Amino acid sequence: MKAPDPEPADRPRFLDAGEAALVVEFGAAVDPAINDRVLALDAALGADPPLGLAETVPTYRSLMIHYDPLVLSRAALVAAVEGRLAERGAARGAGRLWTIPCCYDPALAEDIAEAASLAGLAVADAAAFHAGALYRVYMYGFAPGFAYLGGLPEALALPRRSSPRAPHPPGAVMIGGGLAAIGTMPMPTGWYVLGRTPERLFAPERDPAFLIESGDTLRFEPVSADTFAGLERRAASGEVVAGRAA
Amino acid sequence: MSASAAGRPILRITGAGGGATLQDRGRYGAMRYGITPAGPMDPLAHATANRVLGNPLGATAVEVGLGGLAVAVEGASLDVALAGGAFRIDCDGRPLPPACALTLRPGMVLSIRAGQTGAWCYLAVGGRIDVPAVLGSTATHTRSRLGGLDGRALAAGDGLAVVEPRARLGEPASLGAPWMDRPPGTIRVVLGPQDDFFAPSEIAAFLDRDWTVTARGDRMACFLDGAPLVHACGHDIVSDGVAAGAIQVPGQGLPIVLMADRQPTGGYPKIATVIGPDLGRLAQGQAGTRLRFRAVTLAEALEARRVEAAALEPDIALEPVVRTDFTSEFLLGRNLIDGVVG
Repeated sequence: MKAPDPEPADRPRFLDAGEAALVVEFGAAVDPAINDRVLALDAALGADPPLGLAETVPTYRSLMIHYDPLVLSRAALVAAVEGRLAERGAARGAGRLWTIPCCYDPALAEDIAEAASLAGLAVADAAAFHAGALYRVYMYGFAPGFAYLGGLPEALALPRRSSPRAPHPPGAVMIGGGLAAIGTMPMPTGWYVLGRTPERLFAPERDPAFLIESGDTLRFEPVSADTFAGLERRAASGEVVAGRAA
Repeated sequence: MSASAAGRPILRITGAGGGATLQDRGRYGAMRYGITPAGPMDPLAHATANRVLGNPLGATAVEVGLGGLAVAVEGASLDVALAGGAFRIDCDGRPLPPACALTLRPGMVLSIRAGQTGAWCYLAVGGRIDVPAVLGSTATHTRSRLGGLDGRALAAGDGLAVVEPRARLGEPASLGAPWMDRPPGTIRVVLGPQDDFFAPSEIAAFLDRDWTVTARGDRMACFLDGAPLVHACGHDIVSDGVAAGAIQVPGQGLPIVLMADRQPTGGYPKIATVIGPDLGRLAQGQAGTRLRFRAVTLAEALEARRVEAAALEPDIALEPVVRTDFTSEFLLGRNLIDGVVG
C-alpha cells in the first residue's frame, strides 16, 4: 500500500470514475507544470472531441472526461487521449491576461483587518501584497463561477478558517489555504474576504456567461469604494468591467 | 401555435410539502465552470413518465419528494403521467397505482404523497412545461438558484403553463413498467478513482458491510451510516472531478454518495462510484434503508446501461385501473398507512 505518486509521471494515470467518467491524472499536487499538462490535453480534446465525449472538467492536477460509454468505449477514449498527448506534448496556448478591479476598503473587504493581523501585516500592506501578484486560474469548482487562483504571495498564506464564516458577499475576493479565489454568489466560506470586485465571473443572462477560462492569468487593480460603486452599476447592466489583454 | 390562449392549460400547484422542483435531464456542458448538473434524482423514473406521454426522455417534469404535492389544471384538460417510488397517488379521493397516467380535467385534484418506500416521484405532462432554460437546461439547482421557477422549489399557488398540450388518455391507467419495481438491495459500484487510498482489507469491509441510508440526505448527497472505514494514506486530496454516484469517504470514515446536485469537483478520496443504472435506485431509498455495495466490472456496468436503455424503447403499455388491478404491495402499503383500504 503506498500513497499515489506525488510527482508528475510522463504517462498520466487513467482512473475510472464509474462507467461514464474517466480521470486522466497528471499528478497529485497544486503545481503550474501539472496544470499546464491538464489544460493542454483539455484544449486538444476540445479542438477535436471524439464522438461520445460529453464534457471535460479540468482541475489542478487532472482532467475528468465525462463520456457516453454506449457510444465511446473506454479503450477508444484512452487511445484518443494518448494520441492527443503524443501530438501536442505538454504545450498549451498562452492564456489571456485579465485586470480585475478590486476594492480593498474595509467596508467592502470584510475580513481584511483580521487576515492582515493573522499574517502580521498592516492592512495597507496586505492589500498591496495581494494587488502586486499575478494569479493563475487553476480551475473552477465549489459554486458557479467560483475560481481557484494560484500565485498568492507567501506573506498572505493563511490556513483556511477551522469553521466557515457567514456567507461571503457577491464578488468576494478571498484568500485561504495558500490560494486565492473569486466568489460569485454568496456562500458560507472558510476563506477570508480580502476585497471585492464589481466584475461578475458568472452572469447567466450575459453572453458569455463565464468570462475567464482555466489557464488565464489575473491581476487585481485596486479601486476606491466610489469607483467600485460606479463599476458595479455598469456590471449590473451587463457590461464587462474587467480589462483584458492578449 | 395551435392552442389558443384560452385553451392552454396551466398546471396549478395547490399544495406543496417542500422539495418539489422542476427537472429536465440536467444542465450539462458547464461543469468546467463550477455548474452543477442537477437533473432528476431517479433518471429512469423521470424518463419513464416522459416516455409514456410521448415526450423527449429528458423533458421538463415535476420531481416530487417526501414532502408531497397536490396539483390541478386550469383552462384545459391535460395528460399527466406519474412514475417513481411507491408514492400514494390519489385523484379526487380515488387511489391510483404509483405508476399511472390519466387525463387531468379542470376541477380534478391530483395528490401525491410519500408512501412506505421510495423517495422521489415524477409528474410529467403531455406537452412542454414553459419555463426558460438557463445555460441550456430547465433543471432546478436551488443552492445556486438556477433553473426551474426562479431557481427555487415549487410552492402552493405556482402555475406552470403547458405549451403544445395533449389530452387524449382519458381514464386512469397503470403503467406496464415493471422496471419501476426496484427494491434497494444491492447497489453496484465500480471501484475508484481513489481506491488506492484504502487498504485491501478496508475495500473488502466497504463491500462486506451493511450500510444504512440516514435522514440527512438531500438532492446533493446520500449519507450512509455503518462501521467507519479507515484511510490508508490520509483523507485530503487535491481537488479533482466528481462524477455522479461518486462515493466520498471523508475523515470520519462514513461514505457519502454524491447525487444530482453534487459540486462538479471535490476534495475527498472516492473509494468507488455507483454505476449509472443503480444511482436512481439508491436515491429512492428512504432513511433507514439498508443496502450493500457490490463491485462490478465496466463490462457489467455497460450491460446494465444497455438493459435500461432497451426498457424504454418499446411503447409502455397502459392498463385501465380497476380496484383488482392493485398489486398486493400497493394494497399493503395503503393498509399500513391508512389503516383502511380505500
